[in-house]
Amino acid sequence: MDPMVSPFSLSGKTILVTGASSGIGRAAAVECSKAGARVVLTARNRDRLQESLEMLSGEGHLVLPCDLDNAEEIAGLVADLPVLHGVINNAGFTKILPLQFIDEQSFKDILSVNTVAPVLLLRLLLKKKKLAAGSSVVFTSSLAALGRTTVGNGMYTASKGAVSAFVACAALELSKKGIRVNAVCPGMVDTGILSNGTISEEQLEKDKMNYPLGRYGKPEEIAWAMIYLLSDASSWVTGTNLIIDGGYSIR
Amino acid sequence: MDLNDFIKNFAEQFDETDPSEIRPDTAFHDLEEYSSLIALSIIAMIDEEYDVVLKGDDMRSAVTVEDLYNIVCSRV
Repeated sequence: MDPMVSPFSLSGKTILVTGASSGIGRAAAVECSKAGARVVLTARNRDRLQESLEMLSGEGHLVLPCDLDNAEEIAGLVADLPVLHGVINNAGFTKILPLQFIDEQSFKDILSVNTVAPVLLLRLLLKKKKLAAGSSVVFTSSLAALGRTTVGNGMYTASKGAVSAFVACAALELSKKGIRVNAVCPGMVDTGILSNGTISEEQLEKDKMNYPLGRYGKPEEIAWAMIYLLSDASSWVTGTNLIIDGGYSIR
Repeated sequence: MDLNDFIKNFAEQFDETDPSEIRPDTAFHDLEEYSSLIALSIIAMIDEEYDVVLKGDDMRSAVTVEDLYNIVCSRV
């Protein structure tokens, strides 16, 4: 480590961000670039990835579109990747359905993208030796994964609960390689993840009052925690679920 | 689409409210059992039965069960 460089810097690191076309993923890509990283952006939508790319600082960033719901596309992505020093497994979505309306296809789709895809990606990154020694892997989980969830969110809660549990096992297995694995567990963040309107604006405004800091999070506030977990500043941190929730879970 | 069927499907989302309390002119937001979870269940029922995707704001703007029925009819 260069003593003149802040341990929070990502200078010299190449970081892969999935779901980089919007929300927390886009903010993570932007903030990582500001912290000095070279960023590889992936998601399905090439145009929106291009928009994210134009928001980045610095040079050398890459856009590699990939549908993470497709194992062959994941393999293609991994083959095209440079050697990485960090990964943000962020791609994910939800569908609000009360328990008695949960349908098998929706549940499988959510598990496939939120849970199975990031595990398959990590597996291939290891197999193809694309993670440098000392790498850091960050998963976007959720406060829901830790039992603080809301009605109608069962499928998403299950998918993120699996992610938060998986982190411990991955951290254990990869510790010998010096690779750290952690998750961030955000409360509600203004990302448009609920923008289809199933939950009304009025309900969301009321829900914000449950947060001691009086508002939902901003995507960059999650990104900054990810930068900590990716950087050398967290070199003794692995297997954790870091809560970032404006104080919600105190209550 | 049939109003009586709609009312029957609507009433099924409640457990403690007697189905006879659900009529076309029932102001459903005032029902004691009505909650955000029941609102989500009604939205999911309408998606499943009528293939119409309502928003939370549609639930809010409808006062009576028939108002909601008319919103669904207009989008079938």
